[in-house]
Amino acid sequence: MVEVEEHLAVRKLRERSPQAILEAGVYRNEVTVVVDRAAIEAVCRFLRDDPDLAFDFLSDLTAVDRLRLPEPGPRFEVVYHLYSMSRRNRLRLKVRAAEGEPVPTVTTVWEGANWFEREVFDLFGITFAGHPDLRRIVLPDDWQGHPLRKDYPVETSPRWWEEGEIT
Amino acid sequence: MTVEARTMTINMGPQHPSTHGVLRLVLELDGEVVVRCVPHVGYLHTGIEKIAEAKRYLLVVPTTDRMDYLAPMSNNLAYSMAVEKLLAIEVPERAQGIRVLMAEVTRIVSHLVWLGTHALDIGAMSVFLYCFREREKILDLYEMVGGQRMMTSYIRPGGLKEDLPPGFEDKVREFLDDFPARVDEYEDLLTRNTLWLQRTRGVGVLKREEAINLGVSGPTLRASGVAWDVRKSHPYMGYERYEFQVPQGKNGDVYDRYMCRMAEMRQSVRIARQALDRLPAGPINVDDPKIVPPPKHRGKVSMEALIHHFKLWSEGYSVPRGEVYVSIESPRGEFGCYVVSDGSNKPYRVHYRAPSFVNLQALPRMAEGRLVADVVAVIGSIDIVLGEVDR
Repeated sequence: MVEVEEHLAVRKLRERSPQAILEAGVYRNEVTVVVDRAAIEAVCRFLRDDPDLAFDFLSDLTAVDRLRLPEPGPRFEVVYHLYSMSRRNRLRLKVRAAEGEPVPTVTTVWEGANWFEREVFDLFGITFAGHPDLRRIVLPDDWQGHPLRKDYPVETSPRWWEEGEIT
Repeated sequence: MTVEARTMTINMGPQHPSTHGVLRLVLELDGEVVVRCVPHVGYLHTGIEKIAEAKRYLLVVPTTDRMDYLAPMSNNLAYSMAVEKLLAIEVPERAQGIRVLMAEVTRIVSHLVWLGTHALDIGAMSVFLYCFREREKILDLYEMVGGQRMMTSYIRPGGLKEDLPPGFEDKVREFLDDFPARVDEYEDLLTRNTLWLQRTRGVGVLKREEAINLGVSGPTLRASGVAWDVRKSHPYMGYERYEFQVPQGKNGDVYDRYMCRMAEMRQSVRIARQALDRLPAGPINVDDPKIVPPPKHRGKVSMEALIHHFKLWSEGYSVPRGEVYVSIESPRGEFGCYVVSDGSNKPYRVHYRAPSFVNLQALPRMAEGRLVADVVAVIGSIDIVLGEVDR
């Protein structure tokens, strides 16, 4: 069992920018750090460039709509799964954002974040500030709504589609 | 007279045989040279992640088959492992052995389709026919265990659908004994073939640092000289007990990716043999009737078994609140599964980290500045499955 405060990445982050770390926890041996929205890019850059941590690989980037979860707080959570090729370590970062609040892009840190962020934009409607090419990726450009949101209608086809508003 | 230099923009795909499904590339061409390459995906988007939110945990398994339809067992495995991690259960040794065996057979069958279509794209017709000949044999094995040739749903949270049928082990052995000679046959046709070398050597180079920064994984990453394989760095299902090598290249071109996958097929044969040799007897499911239903015949004699059966098929099981990320080495790279549970019997959120999706992002890097014909070779070499890219 990992003690979260003993985890090297958590310790280093607390040392470097204590105000940017909102929460840290461990569940099923996976370490999660909730980062302040404005600080995410700097935190990622630090995690990548620090020689002892070297999180050079962005495994995954996705989001969760917390609308139906009982916890209070902003609606969306952007989730980053980081990996270090040399240290063989994983770390999960999270950023919370209310509807309409942009999240700073991490494409400047890992180029591979580009399509991931586009996917989150497409399916959740979360915008990424500074993204070089923020377009829908899997849905048509004229699609309305964001299907992975919890309040997206799933029982019927969308009304705008049926009423032929699409040109 | 003045001559105006202009570039031309053309569509390649989505209906193009060499784009392996429905990939659309917008190519800006200067003569035959690709100046810009912009991939457009999504033609096969089926909302699999959204569908999962409306299904009970067990019923999500068949949807995972349909992402990377060339490697259904790998998808089943990643999802099952994620649910098992949330439930904090560990499957018995026999189930682990069978899972490794099936995962490696899956790697072979997936690489066979890659090799056949990749060679066909570059113009080698006969390799395609040979590969599909061997693929048939593996699909027969799939049919024996899962009842289906492609969408098997054989690996499930808690274990497996059922034990291996009689005669299965002999059939696998027969295949494994025969297969290395078949790989030699493919290599005879391609590895030192001048045309093949000219079409693949030095084409679509992806450097080590670029590959890591782009998040590329699997054989595409290893061909660039990074020896990273989830089976070695974070072993699951007892992979640490198997002897095998992780083949890697150094130039990161189409040829090295080809060589990596050819070597991987031989390594998969090695692992599959070891899995067969040391397959222990015993149960194939966790001993917990709240997660895996008791055998059907027990329902006729035991009231409890009948209740469990009824509860499981009508309501399923609830999973503790929390979130996990589990990843495995699928034939295409790191296949990750992120599951968030709200404590109910349906996942709150399921996200798949699809290796094809990430690897495809590196295509413009490899294709720009090269000829149109090279684009075809590069697409084949990164081995994408559009079902997985779009999900």
